[in-house]
Amino acid sequence: MSSTGITRATLVKDLQLEWRSKDAINSMLFFSLLVVVIFSFSFDPTAEESRRIAGGLVWVAFLFAAVVALNQTWARELRNQVLDAYRVSPAPANSLFLAKAIGNFIFVAVLEALMTPLFIVFYNLRAIGPAYQLLLVAVLGTWALVVNGTFFAAMSLRTRSREIMLPLLLFPISIPALLAMVEATRSILTGEFSAKFWIVLLVAYDVVFTMASLFLFELVLHAE
Amino acid sequence: MKITFPILAVLTALLLGYGLYQALVVAPTEQTMGDVQRIFYYHVPSAWAAGLLFFVNFIASIVYLWRRNSKADAVALAAAEVGVIFCTIVLVTGPIWARPVWGIWWTWDLRLTLTLVLWLIFVSYLVLRRFSSSGQTPVIAAVLSIFGTLDIPLVYFSIWFFRTQHPQPVMGNGGSIDPRMLHAFFVNLIAFTCLGVLICWARYRVEILHRQLEETQALESLLEARGSR
Repeated sequence: MSSTGITRATLVKDLQLEWRSKDAINSMLFFSLLVVVIFSFSFDPTAEESRRIAGGLVWVAFLFAAVVALNQTWARELRNQVLDAYRVSPAPANSLFLAKAIGNFIFVAVLEALMTPLFIVFYNLRAIGPAYQLLLVAVLGTWALVVNGTFFAAMSLRTRSREIMLPLLLFPISIPALLAMVEATRSILTGEFSAKFWIVLLVAYDVVFTMASLFLFELVLHAE
Repeated sequence: MKITFPILAVLTALLLGYGLYQALVVAPTEQTMGDVQRIFYYHVPSAWAAGLLFFVNFIASIVYLWRRNSKADAVALAAAEVGVIFCTIVLVTGPIWARPVWGIWWTWDLRLTLTLVLWLIFVSYLVLRRFSSSGQTPVIAAVLSIFGTLDIPLVYFSIWFFRTQHPQPVMGNGGSIDPRMLHAFFVNLIAFTCLGVLICWARYRVEILHRQLEETQALESLLEARGSR
């Protein structure tokens, strides 16, 4: 089987599992809904203010929610020693990693697609800048979160209390990406300045960490 | 090793003492900031030592991944721990200086934020080491160290751009610097470099001994189990 074939097979398996149980997506959805409501209560912003803070709120909500999906990426494979089976199989480690990262990307993208209308309703959002750029920021930003998240989730498998470990590893490294997403979203919503620099930074972040993950994942998978 | 370490220790102590004298007595008081400026003689050398140790951590991590040499891993651990200590000193002394001079404890300035993020990354490195089970720790930690280092330029550029859109406090760079100030500064810079190397070395020795002890204990318990059978 080719490596893209393995990637596709793993991805389809994960999507099927998620489609049947809907564990990750349900908890992510409810979690980010709670964040939207609680933030809305605690800040009670006007339309002008919410344009300024919405970028931060949206991305923090998605980041926290994404951790839920990321945490169960590999935990699922621990049952019945699936991961060990994978380790001894000749399948390339990177195709497994890519399948997991793409799977997580799809989960978080679905979450974003479902939650964004709610954010718009609750915070009366309307973009003053070029709105199509938001889509670009969303795609790049989501990939930035899930590529490192998938990688660190595999790393935190080897630790005690791994559910707590993942955010502790992921958040410090994600600071530039998060800053870029928040600032890009804000500049598009307010239309005050161009989001170009932040989009370029996100592209750089995505390229650097995708390469690093693909380069180092085999080490992490076989770390014994 | 048995001779070099005490020599380095004595040298460090002498340099630190001389540096303290230079910083507190010989160097003149800065005109606008007053005596609080003297914290610079410790603040900047600590930042230098922290940066150096984080760099050592990165190099040692790469060496470990390449050669699988457990000594390199011990160096990486020691450098990260001592580096975090120096970085903490930087983050504590900075606000002490900033409060009287800038009028604020903290600002999201480029250097401050970069130091804080660096500190966060290396604390997460130490937490990871603390929480992972022994056999896999070195590999995972080395990988995280590489990720952290890759992150630094991205953090730098993001904050640099973030901050250029906002007003920032001006660092007093104008005017000439008294040579006695420079002297005190460089003495302390060398002293802190020696101190960093010294502590890191001691920590490295402790780690190596600790590992040897664990190995011996494991071996002994094995032999005991055999004997009782």
